[in-house]
Amino acid sequence: MSSISRFLTSRWGPIITGIVVGILAPVLVKLGNPGNMGVCVVCFNRDIAGALGLHRAGVVQYIRPEIIGFVLGALIAALIFREFKPRTGSAPLVRFLLGMFATFGALVFLGCPWRAYLRLAGGDWNAIFGILGLIAGIGLGIAFLRSGYSLGRSRPAPKAVGWVMPFIMLTLFALLIAAPQFGRDAGGNPIGPIFFSTTGPGSQHAPLLIALFVGVFIGFLAQRSRFCTVGAVRDAILLRDSRLLYGVLALLVAAFVTNLILGQFNPGFEKQPVAHVNGWWNFGGMALAGLAFTLAGGCPGRQLFLAGEGDADSGLFVIGMIVGAGFAHNYSMASSPAGPGAFGPSAVIAGMIVCVVLGFTMRESKG
Amino acid sequence: MNEIKTVDARGLSCPQPAMLTRQAIQKLDNGTLEVLVDSGTARENVSRLAKNAGWAVTMEEQPEGSCRIVLKK
Repeated sequence: MSSISRFLTSRWGPIITGIVVGILAPVLVKLGNPGNMGVCVVCFNRDIAGALGLHRAGVVQYIRPEIIGFVLGALIAALIFREFKPRTGSAPLVRFLLGMFATFGALVFLGCPWRAYLRLAGGDWNAIFGILGLIAGIGLGIAFLRSGYSLGRSRPAPKAVGWVMPFIMLTLFALLIAAPQFGRDAGGNPIGPIFFSTTGPGSQHAPLLIALFVGVFIGFLAQRSRFCTVGAVRDAILLRDSRLLYGVLALLVAAFVTNLILGQFNPGFEKQPVAHVNGWWNFGGMALAGLAFTLAGGCPGRQLFLAGEGDADSGLFVIGMIVGAGFAHNYSMASSPAGPGAFGPSAVIAGMIVCVVLGFTMRESKG
Repeated sequence: MNEIKTVDARGLSCPQPAMLTRQAIQKLDNGTLEVLVDSGTARENVSRLAKNAGWAVTMEEQPEGSCRIVLKK
C-alpha cells in the first residue's frame, strides 16, 4: 500500500490520475451521463442544488454520486495514509463567496475546468475560449499571489469539524437512495423535498453504483496525487513546476483517445452538448472562474478532495458552489445552449470586481 | 553564529508554502533555511522545489503534527 502511495505522490501520480479521469469520464458519458460531462464538478453541484430545490430549473436536478464519491474517496485515502487533519479558520466567509462567484463564471461557460478539458477532448471547440479565459483568470490570480495575497492560515480543529462534509455527503447519498419515494401532487407536479429531472441533462446519468465507484476511485487517486486542474496551470507559470500540468495533459490525451474509440468525438463549434457558441462570454465566464479558483487555492475537484481530508474551509467553498448554483439559475445568470442568460454577463462583471477587490485587500494579518 | 532563517508556511493554502520557499531560497542563494509546513501537499511541494534548485533536503516530523524541513546549500 505504501509503495502505491509513493508512486502516486511521485511525478507519475497526476499523470496516472489524469489518464484514469480521461478514460472513465467518456465511459460515464457512454453509460448515460450528458455529453462531454462524464465529470463536471460545477455542473454536478448545480444538479445537486436543483435536486435540493435551491433552484427549480427542471432539466438540471439530480444528486450526482460522483461528487459524493470524490469526497468519500479522498476521505478513505486520507484516513489510510494519516492525512485526515481537521482544520478551519482561513477566511471561511471569503471562501464561501469565492465558491459562489467561481460557480457563476463556470455556469456562464457551462462547465468547470474539468469539463473545459473534457469538452475540448470531445471536439467542442468552444472550450478553447473557455480554457483561454481560465488561463487568463489564473494569470490574474498569480499576479495577486505575487503581490502578497493570502487568505491567512487555517488552524487545527476538533475531529468533528473534519467529519461535517463527509456526513453531508452521506446524507446526500441517503437522499439519492430515498428520492424515488418522494412524490408528486395529483397534477403530476413534483412536490419535493427532492427533485429529479425527467428530461434534459439532469435526467441523463450513468448507473448509480458505477458513478459512485468511479467517484470514490478518482477521489482516492487525486487525494494522493494532489491532482488539480487549476494548480496545473498556476504552478507551471508561478513555480516553473509542471508536475500537475502533465496530469491535465494526460487527461486531455486519454479522453481524446477514449472518445475516438467510443465514437464520441464530434469536432466543431455548433450543436455541441450542453454548450453555447458565444466565444466572448465563454472566455469571460471562465476568466472569473479561474481567478476565483486561484484565489481559493485550487480547482473545484481539489476543493472536494481537501474537504475529504478534513479541510472545513474547502468544505465551505463547496457549499458556496452549491448555493451559488441555486442563485445562478434562480436569477438567470446561468447560460443555456441558446447562449448566456439575461444576467450572466452582469454576474461575471460583478464577480470580477469582487474578486479583484479581494485580490488587492486580502493579506495575512500579523500578530 | 548565523541565525537560521525560517519560513513558517503552516496553515497556508496552495501555492503559498512553495512560493514563499522559492522567494526565500532565491534571496538566500546559499546557507541554511528552515521551512515549517503542516500538510503532506506542502511537504512534497517544498521539498521538490528545493531539490530542483539544488538544495539538500532533510525532514523532521514535529510532535504536534507539523513538519520541519531543513534546506541546505
